[in-house]
Amino acid sequence: MAADYVDWLRREGRIVIVGASLAGLRAAETLREEGFTGSLTLIGDEPYEPYDRPPLSKSVLLGKASPEHTELPRRRELDAEWRLGVPAAGLDLTGKRVLLADGEEVDYDRLLIATGVRARPWPVPEEAELDGVFVLRTRDDATALTEKLRAGARRVVVIGAGFAGSEVASACREMGLEVTVAERAGAPLVGALGGVIGAVAAELHLENGVDLRTRVTVTALEGDAMGRVRAVHLSDESVVEADVVVVSLGSMRNTEWLSGSGLGAGPRGIASDAGCRAFDFRGIVTDDVFVAGDVARSPHALFGYQFLSLEHWGNAVAQAETAAHNMICPASDRRPHMWMPAFWSSQFGVNIKSVGVPPMGDELMIIQGSTAERRFVGVYGFKGRVVAAVTFDNARWLEYCQRQIEQGAPFPVEYPTVDRRPEGRQPVAADFPDPSLPTHGPTVTLSGYSPADRRLVFTPGHH
Amino acid sequence: MRIVVDLNKCQGYAQCAFLAPDVFTMHGEEALLYDPRAADEHRDAVARAAAACPVQAITVEGLHQGAPAEPEQVLTGAPWEPRDGR
Repeated sequence: MAADYVDWLRREGRIVIVGASLAGLRAAETLREEGFTGSLTLIGDEPYEPYDRPPLSKSVLLGKASPEHTELPRRRELDAEWRLGVPAAGLDLTGKRVLLADGEEVDYDRLLIATGVRARPWPVPEEAELDGVFVLRTRDDATALTEKLRAGARRVVVIGAGFAGSEVASACREMGLEVTVAERAGAPLVGALGGVIGAVAAELHLENGVDLRTRVTVTALEGDAMGRVRAVHLSDESVVEADVVVVSLGSMRNTEWLSGSGLGAGPRGIASDAGCRAFDFRGIVTDDVFVAGDVARSPHALFGYQFLSLEHWGNAVAQAETAAHNMICPASDRRPHMWMPAFWSSQFGVNIKSVGVPPMGDELMIIQGSTAERRFVGVYGFKGRVVAAVTFDNARWLEYCQRQIEQGAPFPVEYPTVDRRPEGRQPVAADFPDPSLPTHGPTVTLSGYSPADRRLVFTPGHH
Repeated sequence: MRIVVDLNKCQGYAQCAFLAPDVFTMHGEEALLYDPRAADEHRDAVARAAAACPVQAITVEGLHQGAPAEPEQVLTGAPWEPRDGR
């Protein structure tokens, strides 16, 4: 019976994908590639066909690419119906229907949710609406910000020194603009890479002429009589005059549309099994609802079966491919999403890359190069195992580091530092901030419990 | 042409920046910047760059002149095999 259903689904079923960005597109391509011939519908809240976001804070700001032209290349023809510019507004799990904001309904036999995240807005709406205050997540955000910057800005204030904020600061400095960065933690990138690497990032900011303010929060954005932003007030009572403010406080998962649907969806995303099948709120896996990309949260065998949310480009691609495969194959052919977390950033001319889950590590060894030279490989350890690595301008080592993580290699590492620098011989505390303290979130969120831990806490959804 | 580079794969060999310098440029020692919508005049150079990439990180749509609106040609490193995650 089940095999008959899969055969029928592959031939003439209806698959709906909510979310028309990187994960949605790659999933659609994989469905067709693997022989799905039924009807395929992609629903997206933005009016544009799928485009690539990483260039928006790099090539686009630097004038190397147009914000309107980062559309993703297609790997094949899709033969899909596109419902763009209309967000999904609700889900009827029993009736197998997606409700759209314009009142229409779309029926499905199998559903993939890939609604991703959006930029966390400045929390005071009147201040967020001031002319000159921006977030940077979408193509429209990038168009507006680049226009403003090219029109001539005196000083840019970036709120939040995570990867996105640091990239914006870097591009603005390269454009010759005065930049102040305000960061609540002690250094940039500490949530993702810890304080030791954060200190290196702080030096990069300072050397490149960024006015870096750490351990401060922004208390208010001040506007002038015309409704344009004029100054930024900080918690140390200093005031920075600025005509452009870029709010870079991380992201929020797009799950509000699922509230009340019965799906296990909330501010931390949508939980799924390792095969991308979504859980309902009881923690029971659904048969016909799959998730992929930034909005998903799934257990990873290499990292103690913790539920990982990964806002990573490569995760969106790999998880979409796995979800699409599992959507149209018999249960025995399903495969787990076992992607090795990996990301990159380029800022101040330095290529920063990572594999594994750095925030899981509590110690760090520099196994190659030197932090003083901004060219090094750092390996993170946790409970005697290598769990992650980071490189600054040393990407070719990452593949080796990935193997070490996959094989559960011992930490501290046993091989001597290849070029025998003094800092490589001893592990040091990686110095991640206390997770209970508010700081910008890391790009990897560790949550959930190990299989040995039998607690279960229900947290009502608050965004 | 539409271009995307898988920068998880990219290891900064800079072959693309050498072969198609109007589309791909190195930023510092190792970071790559590129124009995701390269003009058609760079088609041959982009084709050479994509073919020369040692880690096959470059995907291009619209590499052949007079291509239909829907993509026909994709150059990439075996997209349907298990990817980096293995």
